[in-house]
Amino acid sequence: MLEVKDLSVSYGPVDALKSVTFSARPGAITAVLGANGAGKTTLLRTISGMVKPRTGTVCFDGEELLGRAIEDIARRAVAHVPEGRGVIAELTVEENLRLATLWCMGRRDRQEAIEATFELFPRLRGFRRRHASMLSGGERQMLVIGRALISRPRLLLLDEPSLGLAPLVTAQLMALLRDHTEGTDLTVVLVEQNARSALSVSHRAVVLNLGEVVVSDDAAVIAGDSDLRHHYLGF
Amino acid sequence: MELFINVTLDGVANGMIFAALALALVLIFRATRIVNFAQGAMGMITTFIASSLLGQGVGYWWAFLAVLAIGFVLGALVERVLIRPLQGKSELNPVIVTIGLLVVLEGLAGTIYGNSSRGFPAAYSQSGLTVGHTKIAFSHFDVFILVAVLVLMTGTLVLFRATTLGLRMRASAFAGEISRLLGVRVGLLLTLGWALAGVTGSLAGLLVAPTSSFGPYFMDLVLVYAFTAAVIGGLESPLGALIGGLITGLCISYVGGYLGSGLQPLGALVLLMVALMARPEGIFARPAARRV
Amino acid sequence: MTPRHSLLRGVRLPSQPLARHLILALGGAAILYLITSSLSPYNDFEVGEIALYVIALAGLSLLTGVNGQISLGHGAFMAVGAYTVALLMTHTHLNFIIELLASIGSAALLGLVIGIPATRLKGPYLAGMTLLLALALPPVADKWSTTFGGDQGLSTTVPTAPGTVNPEEWLAWIQIIGALLTFVLLANLLQSRYGRAFRAVRDDEVAASLAGIHVARTKVTAFVISAACAGLAGAFLGLSTGVVNTGEFPLTLSIQLLAAMVLGGTGTLVGMWWGAVLLVYLPQWSTSLSGNFNLGSGASAYLATIIFGVVLIVVMIAAPTGLQGGLRWAWRHVPRFGSGSSAGSLRV
Repeated sequence: MLEVKDLSVSYGPVDALKSVTFSARPGAITAVLGANGAGKTTLLRTISGMVKPRTGTVCFDGEELLGRAIEDIARRAVAHVPEGRGVIAELTVEENLRLATLWCMGRRDRQEAIEATFELFPRLRGFRRRHASMLSGGERQMLVIGRALISRPRLLLLDEPSLGLAPLVTAQLMALLRDHTEGTDLTVVLVEQNARSALSVSHRAVVLNLGEVVVSDDAAVIAGDSDLRHHYLGF
Repeated sequence: MELFINVTLDGVANGMIFAALALALVLIFRATRIVNFAQGAMGMITTFIASSLLGQGVGYWWAFLAVLAIGFVLGALVERVLIRPLQGKSELNPVIVTIGLLVVLEGLAGTIYGNSSRGFPAAYSQSGLTVGHTKIAFSHFDVFILVAVLVLMTGTLVLFRATTLGLRMRASAFAGEISRLLGVRVGLLLTLGWALAGVTGSLAGLLVAPTSSFGPYFMDLVLVYAFTAAVIGGLESPLGALIGGLITGLCISYVGGYLGSGLQPLGALVLLMVALMARPEGIFARPAARRV
Repeated sequence: MTPRHSLLRGVRLPSQPLARHLILALGGAAILYLITSSLSPYNDFEVGEIALYVIALAGLSLLTGVNGQISLGHGAFMAVGAYTVALLMTHTHLNFIIELLASIGSAALLGLVIGIPATRLKGPYLAGMTLLLALALPPVADKWSTTFGGDQGLSTTVPTAPGTVNPEEWLAWIQIIGALLTFVLLANLLQSRYGRAFRAVRDDEVAASLAGIHVARTKVTAFVISAACAGLAGAFLGLSTGVVNTGEFPLTLSIQLLAAMVLGGTGTLVGMWWGAVLLVYLPQWSTSLSGNFNLGSGASAYLATIIFGVVLIVVMIAAPTGLQGGLRWAWRHVPRFGSGSSAGSLRV
């Protein structure tokens, strides 16, 4: 269970997040929506430790995450797929996957986990020894999701995974996310500009506007509120 | 003809030493995007320490190993104390700080050890080997240089390509923040990179000292030659450091043999300028990959 | 329209840069005249040395601080200037001013040769190349020792002082005038569109080129100007020491210039006086320091080297804008004379 309370983040004189409070429960996808500049990316970066907030708390499974180093947070089974995906282009596909397992697995488990990832994303298997720079946008997305899942995280933070992807690929991706989340103890926070596709797979949603929480409710409720959708989500 | 052979062999031996120090520069540049201009001076200080140890009666190989270990520690210390505070600020500041460190170390060596010229023993005989009936300009010591640097290079390549530690180090160098998100302790690995570079620099110092006038400035030229070698090979590639080192060593040697030793630094300057004009990224540089 | 700048209450400086700089230079000259005429000849000699280093440092500050190109090889440009003037004095009877101009020209030429490839180089690469330059040039003079005088070097002659002026004061005045002229020229340059081009290229080359600035030409110009300054300073150094040999131009000279510039305030001109003072007086201070610690005879030079290195490290980590930057900060933040805003600050 992720609990964010009163989180405020500033970049110099600019307030990116103002007293943001929401929670995300395991076995569910919580979408974070809003226009550009709403603070969605900042929110994820603060949770994973990339950005230091002014005030507030971020609690995951009862433990405070704020103030810890990025790698320490990652080692608490928090996986963040950042904006821009973060494929390490100079490494091979397999090395990208292996890197993510180094802190939590021994050699045998590592090999099994890598094979399991290739089961999940068969397209990647052909590229396993090729440099990640050779992958297309959709393949890179698969790689980073696979890399995030391989370490069996309990909190998954995804920043705009559908960016630059064809609608069909996006739909497949969203379906995969939902299958992976329901009935497990994985908590997923999904930041998306494409609110429609996000709402279709999410259970809860939080809408941000200019750093503030506008509404936090069940995804179905938000999807059904046409005024809200027009005003903040663009559809 | 004999001159040509001897000059070539000399160039190979020197080139290997430049390759070793160039490797140190490459290791640090890959990890922290800094050229450590003090790398030669760090090797100089550890060689002075070796000289002291030998003066105290410590056996050569014990002093050798001890000084490699000291180089390791020195590299780690410099990274933690001097370089860490500068991460993320302007690109020029670390350059200037390493230059500052260069002169501090040279000044320290001069102050502590004084002006007295001292020699440094070689691990093996420095007289030329005999091939057939002729003496060539390649001694047992030169063979040792060759072997030592090749072992170093091989070790480095194995470390980076075949071990998980090497994978972590490469990832930290290519994509520090992403690696941290994957649980990699990047800070520690950067320090390790500097520590390994420190070992390499110490080795270079020990290999150069027997063949040069051993004083606080004895590594200055070696450093700039190593820099030339690293640039030729592309500051990112250990293999490039080896090739660049051989090219630089041969070039210096030919200039020295045919034009005079005073012109060697100038020859290196010309070589560097040609390399920088022709292909600034070096022979082995990978084209910068888009990160998406 | 630039507002009128007031230095002290009631004293107004003209707003036109050239006039302003000339008046300041004349004021500086007057102060320096008072100083030199009351000092002993040896101290006059030192004031002259400070002035010559100011010239070199001002050029370096322009190159590194204003244009963003680092040079670890300015000692080489000084060497070229020094050897030019010494060669001309040894073999010809040219007018003194012509000889100085030749020194400036030859250093500027080397600056062109180095500056052109330098346009393609970023920080560390440029640093490495200039470092190699500093190491490569002096041995060339050693190699052709007949021409360049070898270990003993070539001697220089200061033009005779007029009347009853003693020679040290005369030389110091030559150097001071050189420094003040350099200041006026560079200060004007920095206020002009060239100065803006230098800064624009330093801050963002792509943006500068999109704004219509010819980036490569700007960078080479900065290099040539700074080399020319170093050449003049080198010629003056040759006059001060009376003899020019390669021992005067080790690598440490180039690094000491860097340290002095950094301490004084990278990118400033006035700050270079602090740096020059450091360069001239540090060797003396370290001699007495090493005497206090009872170190060996050669140790004081090494001690000075340590101090220069520490200066570089400490300033870079703690106060990258140097002394002048610190003073400017204080000037802006301490309320005084009613103006208080940065519009009143003296831009040098």
